[in-house]
Amino acid sequence: MDKSEKKTTRRDFLFTTSYTVGAVGLGAVIWPLIDQMNPDKAQKALATTEVDISQIEPGKSITVLWRGKPVFLKRRTQEEILQARSVSLEELPHPEKDEERVKSGKDEWLVMLGVCTHLGCVPLSNKGDYKGWFCPCHGSHYDLSGRIRKGPAPKNMEIPKYEFVDANTIKIG
Amino acid sequence: MSEQEYVPKSKVGKWFNDRLPLLSLASHLTDYPTPKNLNYWWTFGGILTFCLLTQIITGIVLAMHYVAHADLAFASVEHIMRDVNYGWLIRYIHSNGASMFFLAVYIHIFRSLFYGSYKSPREIIWIIGLMIYLLMMAAAFMGYVLPWGQMSFWGATVITNLFSAIPLIGDSITTWLWGAYSVDNPTLTRFFSLHYLIPFLILGLVVLHIWALHVPGNNNPVGIDIKKPSKDTVPFHPYITIKDAFALLLFMIIFAGFVFFAPNVLGHSDNYIQANPMVTPAHIVPEWYLLPFYAILRSVPDKLGGVILMFGAIFILFVLPWLDTSKVRSAVFRPIYRQFFWILVIDVLVLGYVGAMPAEGIYLVLARVGTVYYFLHFIVILPVVGYLEKTEPVPLSISDPVLSGSADYSMAKKDNEKI
Repeated sequence: MDKSEKKTTRRDFLFTTSYTVGAVGLGAVIWPLIDQMNPDKAQKALATTEVDISQIEPGKSITVLWRGKPVFLKRRTQEEILQARSVSLEELPHPEKDEERVKSGKDEWLVMLGVCTHLGCVPLSNKGDYKGWFCPCHGSHYDLSGRIRKGPAPKNMEIPKYEFVDANTIKIG
Repeated sequence: MSEQEYVPKSKVGKWFNDRLPLLSLASHLTDYPTPKNLNYWWTFGGILTFCLLTQIITGIVLAMHYVAHADLAFASVEHIMRDVNYGWLIRYIHSNGASMFFLAVYIHIFRSLFYGSYKSPREIIWIIGLMIYLLMMAAAFMGYVLPWGQMSFWGATVITNLFSAIPLIGDSITTWLWGAYSVDNPTLTRFFSLHYLIPFLILGLVVLHIWALHVPGNNNPVGIDIKKPSKDTVPFHPYITIKDAFALLLFMIIFAGFVFFAPNVLGHSDNYIQANPMVTPAHIVPEWYLLPFYAILRSVPDKLGGVILMFGAIFILFVLPWLDTSKVRSAVFRPIYRQFFWILVIDVLVLGYVGAMPAEGIYLVLARVGTVYYFLHFIVILPVVGYLEKTEPVPLSISDPVLSGSADYSMAKKDNEKI
């Protein structure tokens, strides 16, 4: 032990510091090469979309494109809202109250990413066992609140950040 | 390996060879002692080399006319089909060539499974082969995205979303892969770049694959170690080259049959519709060669579980040489394994079939049974059969059964004992 401790001298210090500086330098070179693949400024610039919702009748929905992904804007009827709220949370694989998924006072408007949380297909509306959405790719069923009820998808359809600019306009993003 | 040191006859040749022994390498490749009993299942190595070169050459040509941009890619493929001189021919060779490549590689892999070519001392050849197979799947997937049709777009969406199943960092990885918030132009351009790169990586691995092969030499249908060179071997050239060339000719007839008479039969008509991020086709299917894995993915009602099993189905092959406990290589002498081998073949074909069908009802049941059996084969059946099976007697050399006047391999040992 004594011998090896004696050997820990200037040379070992030089080796360790050289490796460390080399590793930091390598990391500094590799990071730009990795990060260049993340979304660029042009992609980030497309981050908001404004939608006119004045033409949507109750019970109907429209689909708009936001950041390359479809967004469903559905104006639900009172009946549909009641149906979505009558479900107990224990029945849900990903428990969320319908109230948490809409803006209070704007309960009829369901705004969510039209992207199945399984592998990213676009679900079809008014289809499936729960009369909400049905994903044709791998058979996930969503209810009238866009919550996953049956099938391989792990989560409810995502609610994007959005706000009501005025009574007839929604800004997504 | 040729035993004698090769010396070029000409002075110039000797001068060059002393500095860069390329002529020695050529001599090694021509004289390379090959088991004389190799059957036609052994010709697929050469066929696969042909497939790789075909894809590289046609691919380089297509890249001269293709435009990697979300707005232009679809039109540029149609431009290749309609305007470019012989563009239709080159593109059909390239797209059908991918299918032919996989057809050949599956035969090559199952050849190895039947004759135990993956076993000691050939584990590294097997593992490099699997790495080539993984790269082939990556190249095929990215290539399929380039025409920017509906199947391209939604296939890319589904496959890249597989990575979102990774806990915590999954979504960041998916966004990083896309370079956007969905499959979009940045995704297309990087796929094109990588699609161009991967074939050359494969080419490098092929060199290592063959190098590793030339250390122990070829396995053979009876699966025994043989002396090289000996009366059990023949030189690679002209004996194997001519046999490979004949098999390649037959293969090319089938290949040409697809290219000229049914160029779209292996593709999907939805890919002649330009990509539309608002509408998913009613029925998404991958190309035929990925269907068994797709069936495994869909058979699991849990996202992460499905992804793990799908990748597991490939990665389990990497440890295959250590899962198979049998000392005997060739299934010719393994009466029990031989039957399980064919059950596995049927299992994979069934998985491929249900992968093309909707994931419901009887198809889902079949996919689940097929998936369980697939893993059962490798994790339970192979190790257990290796221990319990009573193998048939193995001949001492390839020449043995022939020279003792009997074509029945099992007789060979007995005759030997008499002598």
